[in-house]
Amino acid sequence: MFTPSDWSAIGLTLKLATLTTLILLVLGTPLAWHLARTRAWWKAPLSAIVALPIVLPPTVIGFYLLVALGPKGVIGQWMLSLGLDTLPFTFSGLVVASVFYSLPFVVQPIQNAFESLDQRLLEAASTLRAHPLDVFFSVALPLARSGLLTATILGFAHTIGEFGVVLMIGGNIPDKTRVVSVQIYDHVEAMEYAQAHQLAALMLVFSFTILFMMYLINSRSHFMQKS
Amino acid sequence: MKSFQFAITLLLAATIAQPIYADQVQIAVASNFSKPLEEIAVKFKTETGHEAKISAGATGKLYAQIEHGAPFEIFISADSKTPKKLVDAQLALAESQFTYAVGKLALWSSQENRVDQNGEILKNADKFTHLAIANPKTAPYGAAAIEVLEKLGLLKTLEPKFVQGENITQTFDFVSTGNAELGFVAVSQIEKDKVLTNGGSVWFVPTDLYKPISQDAVLLNKGKDNKAAQALLDYLKTPDAQAIITSYGYALPQAEKTP
Repeated sequence: MFTPSDWSAIGLTLKLATLTTLILLVLGTPLAWHLARTRAWWKAPLSAIVALPIVLPPTVIGFYLLVALGPKGVIGQWMLSLGLDTLPFTFSGLVVASVFYSLPFVVQPIQNAFESLDQRLLEAASTLRAHPLDVFFSVALPLARSGLLTATILGFAHTIGEFGVVLMIGGNIPDKTRVVSVQIYDHVEAMEYAQAHQLAALMLVFSFTILFMMYLINSRSHFMQKS
Repeated sequence: MKSFQFAITLLLAATIAQPIYADQVQIAVASNFSKPLEEIAVKFKTETGHEAKISAGATGKLYAQIEHGAPFEIFISADSKTPKKLVDAQLALAESQFTYAVGKLALWSSQENRVDQNGEILKNADKFTHLAIANPKTAPYGAAAIEVLEKLGLLKTLEPKFVQGENITQTFDFVSTGNAELGFVAVSQIEKDKVLTNGGSVWFVPTDLYKPISQDAVLLNKGKDNKAAQALLDYLKTPDAQAIITSYGYALPQAEKTP
C-alpha cells in the first residue's frame, strides 16, 4: 500500500516526534514548574515567548529559523565558529525547530497541572523536612501526571503534524528531512491523489486515536481522583 | 435651454459610460511573474482604462482553485502544462493559450566569485555541501535543473547534495540566506535590467542544455465575455509589455512557437 519512500517518511516522522517529545519533557517540566511558582517580573514575558508558536504562522517561525540558523545568521555563525555544521537541511535541525515549535503544547498542560496542585500537600511535605527536589519528584510530579500525559501526547501529535517549519528548513531530503506531512504535500502537488489520500487517512486516524486515548485516560483519572 | 439639456445628457452618458467601457479583469498569476504583471497592469490601465485585479500563487494551487470554481478570468501560468490541463478539463479556451514568456535557468550563489561563468564548480563537488533545486516533480525550473545535470553527466554525483525547495521561490530563499552555497534558480529572480539585484555570482545556463521553460497564459471560461480579459491577453503580446517581460530576465517566445 505504501511506497518505500512513504515508509521512510513514516519512520522518520516517528523518530522526530519521539526525540522531540523526550527533549521537551526534560526541558519543559522544570520550565513549567518555574512558570507555575514564580512571581518574578519575567513570568509574563517568558510565558509570552513560550506561547508564541501557537499564534505565529509556521512559515514565520521557519523563515526566521532558516535565517538565524544559516551561515549568515547569529546562531549559524556561532555554530560555525565552534567548528559545527549549520542546522538547516539536517535531522538535528528539524529536532531543534520542533522543540521550539511544540514547546507550548508541552509546557502549558504541565504548568496548568502544577498550578492546580493543592498547596497544602506541598507545604505538608516541606514541614516533614522533605528536600525541595524530593517534594518535586515524590509529590508534585505524581500529582501532575494527567498534565504530563496530556503534554506528552500533545507534544508528540503536534510534532507529527508539523509542516510549515519543516518545509522551510528541511530541504525535503529523503531519509533525512522528508517527513510524512511533506510527503503528503508532495503527493498532492504532483497530483498523486491516491497516495496522498492513503498517508493523509493514516494521519487522520492516528491523530484521532491518540487524542481520543488522551481524553479517555484523563477523564478516568479525574473520575478516580474524585471518588 | 436645449444646450443645457444636451450638456446634462452628455454628463450623464459620460458617468454611465465609464463602467461600461472600463472593465475589471480577475487574473490568477504564478508568483514568479507577479512583479512584471503588476508593472504591465499599470501601463495597461493607462492605455485601455481596464483594471487588472491580480492574485498571485503557486501554479499548482491556482489550478486547484480554478478547478473548484475560483472567480478568475485569466490564468497566467509558470508552465505550459497546467493551462493545457485546464483546457482539457474544459475550464479554459483552447485557442486562447499562448506562450507569453520563456523562463531562463541560472546557477546562482549569494557569495561573490563562488560560481564561475562556465559552471565548472559543478564538477568540483567537494567545494560545496548543498545544491538547492526546486522540486523537479512539481516545479518546471526543478525539472530543467535535473535535465541540465543529466546532460552534463553529473546527476548521480550531485544528487546526494540536493536540497529541494517546494517551489522556485523557496529555492531562491535557500540560496539567498546562504544555507545552500549554490542553487538553480530562475534568472527572473536574480536579475532586473541586466543587473544582479541580489549580487553574488552566477552561471547563466546555456539554453541548449534544457528544454525551453515556456510560460503560458490562457483565457478561462469565466472571462469569455469580458472584453477586458481579451484586451489584457492581447496586451501581453505588445512590444510595450514584452519590453517589461524581458527586463525581468525572461526570454520571449520564438515567433513560430506562438500559436
